[in-house]
Amino acid sequence: MQMNENKEFEPLIVAFCCNWCSYAGADLSGTNRLNYPTNVKIIRVPCSCRVNPMFILRAFQRGADGVILCGCHPGDCHYTSGNYFTRRRMTLLFSMLDFLGIERDRTRVEWVSAAEGAKFAATMNEFTEAVKKLGPNRRLEDLRCRKQ
Amino acid sequence: MLRISLDKIDELFEAVNSQQALYIPTDRKDGAAEYKKYESGMKMSDKLNTVRSAKDFFFPQTENLVEFKMEGKKIEVKDIREESEDFVIFGVRACDARSFTILDKVYLVEPVDSFYKNRRDHGTVVTMACTRPSETCFCQTFGIDPTAPEGDAACWSDGSFLYFKANTDKGQKFIDSISSLLEDGDTAELDKAIEKTKTIMSKLPLANLSTENFGGDKLNEYFNSDKWGELSESCLGCGTCTFVCPTCQCYDIKDFNTGDGIKRFRCWDSCMYSDFTKMAHGNPRLTQLERFRQRFMHKLVYFPKNNEGEFGCVGCGRCLSKCPISMNIVKVMKALEVK
Amino acid sequence: MQEAIINKAKQLLADGTVDRVIGWKRGEFAYDITPAVFGSAEEIDADFVYDDFTSANVSKYLVKETKKEGKVLVFLKPCDTYSLNQLTKEHRVDREKVYVVGIPGGPKLDIEKIKAKGISGILSVKNENYTLKIETIYGEETMPFSEAILDKCASCKSKKHVVYDELIGEDGEVLESNRFDMVEQLENMTAEERYNFWREQLSKCIRCNACRNVCPACTCEKCVFDNPESGVENKAASDSFEENMFHIIRAFHVAGRCTDCGECSRVCPQNIPLHLLNRKFIKDINSLYGEYQAGEDTTSRAPLTDYTFDDCEASIVHERGVE
Repeated sequence: MQMNENKEFEPLIVAFCCNWCSYAGADLSGTNRLNYPTNVKIIRVPCSCRVNPMFILRAFQRGADGVILCGCHPGDCHYTSGNYFTRRRMTLLFSMLDFLGIERDRTRVEWVSAAEGAKFAATMNEFTEAVKKLGPNRRLEDLRCRKQ
Repeated sequence: MLRISLDKIDELFEAVNSQQALYIPTDRKDGAAEYKKYESGMKMSDKLNTVRSAKDFFFPQTENLVEFKMEGKKIEVKDIREESEDFVIFGVRACDARSFTILDKVYLVEPVDSFYKNRRDHGTVVTMACTRPSETCFCQTFGIDPTAPEGDAACWSDGSFLYFKANTDKGQKFIDSISSLLEDGDTAELDKAIEKTKTIMSKLPLANLSTENFGGDKLNEYFNSDKWGELSESCLGCGTCTFVCPTCQCYDIKDFNTGDGIKRFRCWDSCMYSDFTKMAHGNPRLTQLERFRQRFMHKLVYFPKNNEGEFGCVGCGRCLSKCPISMNIVKVMKALEVK
Repeated sequence: MQEAIINKAKQLLADGTVDRVIGWKRGEFAYDITPAVFGSAEEIDADFVYDDFTSANVSKYLVKETKKEGKVLVFLKPCDTYSLNQLTKEHRVDREKVYVVGIPGGPKLDIEKIKAKGISGILSVKNENYTLKIETIYGEETMPFSEAILDKCASCKSKKHVVYDELIGEDGEVLESNRFDMVEQLENMTAEERYNFWREQLSKCIRCNACRNVCPACTCEKCVFDNPESGVENKAASDSFEENMFHIIRAFHVAGRCTDCGECSRVCPQNIPLHLLNRKFIKDINSLYGEYQAGEDTTSRAPLTDYTFDDCEASIVHERGVE
């Protein structure tokens, strides 16, 4: 979390992107000169299935205000079925975070293919706006990591 | 003896709280008692004891020791120590009060632990005599009299009055600070109540448990006892006994990376854990048997050996009621004892 | 019942069917019972006990015991048989080395509930027609049996033994339980109310790890929270985040494998209702991926190692319940 020049809240968004589809999608949105906010920090993973719940929680611990996970569309996984497992895992994890009272709009899963540069940019714009509305992450932050 | 009517206990708490921070045992929503910072209207728990012991006040579960701030290649070391505020812990039981004496023997000998000493210097312990001991109590085994608790000041209740007596200068200062609320009164009722408690104490199921066959003399015999296997067999290796224990004093020091610096902190550790005593070459205690043995040998043999016969247990009974598999120091003493 | 169990144990020891017996050992008081391994008829006669306080689920000890030589006899209550099945399925227990005798289960008693009534100095507890006669150093007390039963027994899911070699007594049925009521109640609160509820509960945690260590589904050789290489090793929660993280990960790691035996909440020294986290996962799995009971069999695929093409998307979390 940080403040911009106008003292407005600028959320830190962590985006886990699978190497084969979503990371390439992000790349495409760049080469197409589409804008998406600089709040988004991309972490490339070999497959969306590589992301375990600890990654999501650790991102929040280290100051993320929103975490989004992007992978290949169901059926298109480079490893055949990785994203199907991701889908179940993240559904349960997000439901648990919701159960603990963590704002549900801070987490999202979105399928973005290598051809969907526009979708990637649009998703990031939309997600960043949604998190900005929520304000800084207070319920799942580690106070020791808060920037003074 | 100086006393105050129990009806006026709220006034007493308000008066203490206006001068320094006050902590009292109070009931949580789930019924268990815990020490909390006093707020107006808070009622003191009538439970025999709190789930967590009072050692937290002087030796908290986690505490930051020092911080490092990093900017490029520059490292700044920050001393974060600050003087503790003055505080009073009210309603400490005799067992917990003795535990401070035991912790002092660890933390106030050279090299003195300045974090511990800081809080010890600023804390006043006001103890409360027991009136309704439980079957799990065995403080008598360690020479503790729950009807005459230690601590800076002690107090007794006879059901209608609270009587005060100072044991130390700090305790006297505490009593002086509330003297306007106290009146002199006779202790006939109180003496009767104390007698009653003493009779109950003699009838407790663990009243005859004795430490006479424990201590440093039989170190090898107990260390090599063949009972350890059976005793530790079902131990889960959790830290419940250690963390509810008022005298367990081991800690670990760790660094937490905050992204732009380090917070070095210490936190309670448990000899029941698999990485306790882990050193560069590995771990000298490989199985739960050795870890289990360490905990009880420390309390019953090593500690008295190094501290003029003082045992590392006060008989508060917390481990008896909280161990998930109900294995505890009493069972160990009974199984191990060699006459 | 205790007599029948003791006789069975002695008989199976004598005829060489088994070499050891896992059961419960009498303690100092009426209620402090320790799980134990018995090697002879004499040991069994001296200390074996099965009564209203023998609530401990002993199936996890089989992980350790079946690594030793010989065959071991274990007495399992209905709920414990689910745990054994799950352990067998995950190849943590060698079923060949276990002789299972199914015994009738609870409801078992919770000594904390008796003590919460202000009853202390307990010397003995007797169940007379579902009234507890409690002898204490302060005189005799009574209370209804129903008010002292363990929470995990109050929401019992099944009286059926899903695995056994032999049964003592009759087998029961899977029950219609009310075990998801509290989860539902929480789901219907606002996010802020839920947050406050869990903050109050989880801030009590002293990180003793009893919930993890007692859990028959937690059998990792090295837990991520104990492993200095993992980067998240911690012995105490230094921040509320770490309290949350430990309990989320603990519950998540057993999601789809937790049989809902209730041991985590039973052993918690701070009375944190940890089973609610597990039940939330079970309830979600049941409603999103179809009814599933971990430990019911040893062959089905667990919900988190399985998928279908038309599973719901994670956005379903946004579409239901209360924000």
